[in-house]
Amino acid sequence: MAQLRELRDRIRSVQSTRKITKAQELIATSRITRAQARVEASRPYAEEITRVLTALADASPLDHPLLVERENSKRSAVLVVTSDRGFCGAYNANVIRAAEELQNTLRQQGKTPLLYVIGRKGEAYYRFRNREITKSWSGFTDRPDYANAADVGETLVNAFMQGTEEAKHRETPEDVLGVDEIHLVHTEFVSMLTQRPIIRRVAPLEVEYTESQGLRPAYDFEPDASTLFRELLPKYINTRLFAGLLDSAASEHAARRTAMKSATDNADEIVQNLSREANRARQAQITQEISEIVGGVEALSSAGSE
Amino acid sequence: MAEMSVELVAVERRLWSGTATSVVAQTTEGVIGILPGHEPMLGQLVEGGVVKITTPDHETVTAAVHGGFLSTSNGVVSVLAESAELAQEIDVAAARRDAEGDDEQARVRARSRLRVAGYSV
Repeated sequence: MAQLRELRDRIRSVQSTRKITKAQELIATSRITRAQARVEASRPYAEEITRVLTALADASPLDHPLLVERENSKRSAVLVVTSDRGFCGAYNANVIRAAEELQNTLRQQGKTPLLYVIGRKGEAYYRFRNREITKSWSGFTDRPDYANAADVGETLVNAFMQGTEEAKHRETPEDVLGVDEIHLVHTEFVSMLTQRPIIRRVAPLEVEYTESQGLRPAYDFEPDASTLFRELLPKYINTRLFAGLLDSAASEHAARRTAMKSATDNADEIVQNLSREANRARQAQITQEISEIVGGVEALSSAGSE
Repeated sequence: MAEMSVELVAVERRLWSGTATSVVAQTTEGVIGILPGHEPMLGQLVEGGVVKITTPDHETVTAAVHGGFLSTSNGVVSVLAESAELAQEIDVAAARRDAEGDDEQARVRARSRLRVAGYSV
């Protein structure tokens, strides 16, 4: 009797959990499409700005700090993109593991990694382990805006321009702890089922030299080329960060969908097994009652015949 | 009439693309008008600027452009912006509110949005 009730309670509880996971799965599925559309929509700008920068690079000296590799760099910024919410399988664990590996490599090279974290899950991870977070942002990981990327980019570029060399003439405020490199750790959306953590160095930018084909147009610049170049480079970095954030958001939704789908499938399986067990218990109970009645009737009839 | 192709691209989406007979914008150096066959040029647009595109059938597309660049070469004009809005998308009430607000940057942007929407500020 008691066992049957217990089983029914468990079935009910698993079913209500399943409702939650199923709803999460559906929400994530609809958001993946939207997140991918945003990745697509941001592409024209990224292509244009790359083209414009290429045109500019021909006309201006490549001596901007963002382009120059620094000798004996001491500190590196590591920007980790995690999610705000859980329920997304190994998404955060994977990206954090990649970030840990990167930090170890940097330490071996004699550089001190400084942590910049995006997403509440990453913050919680490092805070729980008492690791120092230089700066963190959260609240937009499932739907990042360009303004978010620009905010993060500004902080990082400021720290980068400050550098670790003790140069007094730099104009950035003194409380900014300078860095010599910026690394971005985020998740790359490969497919609905595969998302891969990926490490990119954002600054200094790598300059690619390509052979030009034919004549290049001689551009007229307003204002002059090097001013433009200085204005455009930070924007280019923001664009890179924004692309990383969008890719991560798409990956987050895909990871959540996969995780929630398998949770729903598991719940289905548990409900099925529990129902079987409950049915068996119910049948056993009926059988027992029948045999008790039959036993009672027999006892009565044998008592009557005497 | 000669035509050129124009792309108006914001970071988050492509706003408008098509052919045009003229583009007018403000760079940090001053107002510039671009007609087909313009020499290759690259300019930084002013914060809170207005870009006007005239199409071959004499319609005008107006947009408020923030933090933008303009480049033209080989008969292609592209306007890059951190954020941009076409005239018909502008929420006039919200722009008016921002124009009265405290944030200097928001005020500049709101004013350009109002100008684009056809109000004098």
